Amino acid sequence: MVADLARRFGDLDVAEESTAEAFVAAAEWWPREGVPPNPGGWLTTTATRKAIDWLRRESQRDAKHEAARIVYDDAPPEPTGPVEDDRLRLVFTCCHPALAMEARVALTLRLLGGLTVPEIARAFLVQETTMARRITRAKAKIKAAHIPYRVPSADDIHERLAGVLAIVYLIFNEGYLASEGDDPVRVDLTGEAIRLGRLLRTLLPDNGEVAGLLALMLLTDARRPARVSRTGELVTLEEQDRGAWDRTLIAEGNALIRERIAAMAAGGGPPGRYQLQAAINAVHTEALSVRETNWSTIVALYGHLVLLDPSPIVRLNRAVAIAEVDGPAAGLAEIDEIAEVIDGYHAFHAARADLLRRLGRDGESRAAYDRAIGLAGNPAERAYLTRRRDQLAG
Amino acid sequence: MSVHGPAERTESGNSPSHEAMLQAFAETGAFNERLRRGGHFVFAGGLESAETATTVDGQGEKSSFTDAPYLETQECLGGFWIIEAADLDVALALAVEGSKACRSRVEVRPFRTAEPVRVLSEP
Repeated sequence: MVADLARRFGDLDVAEESTAEAFVAAAEWWPREGVPPNPGGWLTTTATRKAIDWLRRESQRDAKHEAARIVYDDAPPEPTGPVEDDRLRLVFTCCHPALAMEARVALTLRLLGGLTVPEIARAFLVQETTMARRITRAKAKIKAAHIPYRVPSADDIHERLAGVLAIVYLIFNEGYLASEGDDPVRVDLTGEAIRLGRLLRTLLPDNGEVAGLLALMLLTDARRPARVSRTGELVTLEEQDRGAWDRTLIAEGNALIRERIAAMAAGGGPPGRYQLQAAINAVHTEALSVRETNWSTIVALYGHLVLLDPSPIVRLNRAVAIAEVDGPAAGLAEIDEIAEVIDGYHAFHAARADLLRRLGRDGESRAAYDRAIGLAGNPAERAYLTRRRDQLAG
Repeated sequence: MSVHGPAERTESGNSPSHEAMLQAFAETGAFNERLRRGGHFVFAGGLESAETATTVDGQGEKSSFTDAPYLETQECLGGFWIIEAADLDVALALAVEGSKACRSRVEVRPFRTAEPVRVLSEP
């Protein structure tokens, strides 16, 4: 309803306020007068009237605004088709590149995810007033800078979808990392991200990267039940109880990947980064154990991914996969090539520590574990790394 | 759309060479033509260097004049376009072209308008 009102009045604030007021009115009226036969229509009409009243009070009385008011008054409520258009408009407006990343995340969660401001604040570990200000400023910028509220054209989608997907993935990762803590609101961010991913899928059903991101999130989330031990320690892939994985999510993720493979076979474009990452996850989830994992396929997939995204983290993961195929010495050689840029990242030292251990270089391994523990921000990870270090002989 | 660049200018302005400067002028001129044809052009102009600026303060009883720009920074305002654009996306697309033509970063900022209601029509 917010999306529909925002389209008709071109103002997110008015849309949100009038929606809230309509619900308040319903809470007052319906217990007294009974629930109306068409509650949705009642709410929409009420919200629309409140929005018009507000705008009438606020706008100046010149001919242009009178004409606008008439247009709004006469506009019929839209049937369900354009609801998807409205949500597309909302998504692309919330994720507009003229807004800072943190503003985009906050707006998306507030207007599309329906989280309350306190919930979003808690999810990102900031004060409620800070988050409220962030959202207010973002809405003010949308209005003052005339960020348009429109259905994205094919060109828009081509240019800006990556940004939208990045926001959803950011939200997912925030929730996934938080899954090692015990604040359920933070964990629910993964649920929100998947919901947004599903929404994008209904809005853009033919887009490969949209499918890829959803598959990636489903396959990653499927493993969440096995990720943290009862003692609050991180459980790595090789030690996870695969029976605890959510097979329904895995099936859904795999179905999306199969669909993309078929599309590519039929002449579709090459896979983007989310499809590649999803495929890598699929190779992991289909294996019965780490030993039975098809690591050569994973190395090949990382080979493609690193061309699209040569970031140190991708290269690190590729090095770890190479170690599985060509042995720890080969993996170590690959890892040491990126040492300079990634020195501040705990996973780099953790990976190095593990490879050194497998090469019998326990002294160096211990030092690397120490470094990793010092850098790890997450207690579950620290616990895991400490245990591995203490298991060393040297 | 305002253009920003280094305050220190050489003989060839902010360009690495005389030829590069002339090329930037030509491309900016061509861009201005495109703005006119597109109905976006309101005004444009390049400014003389920051050294030519005088800052005036008429707020007190006695006016003061300073032989310096308002902001003594490494970078300064080099010039600006005033354009008419239906929404920010149109303005940003034009700013990309303008930034390429004048070889600088461009700040896009809206003028204040009186209308609180924005009517957005859909094709």
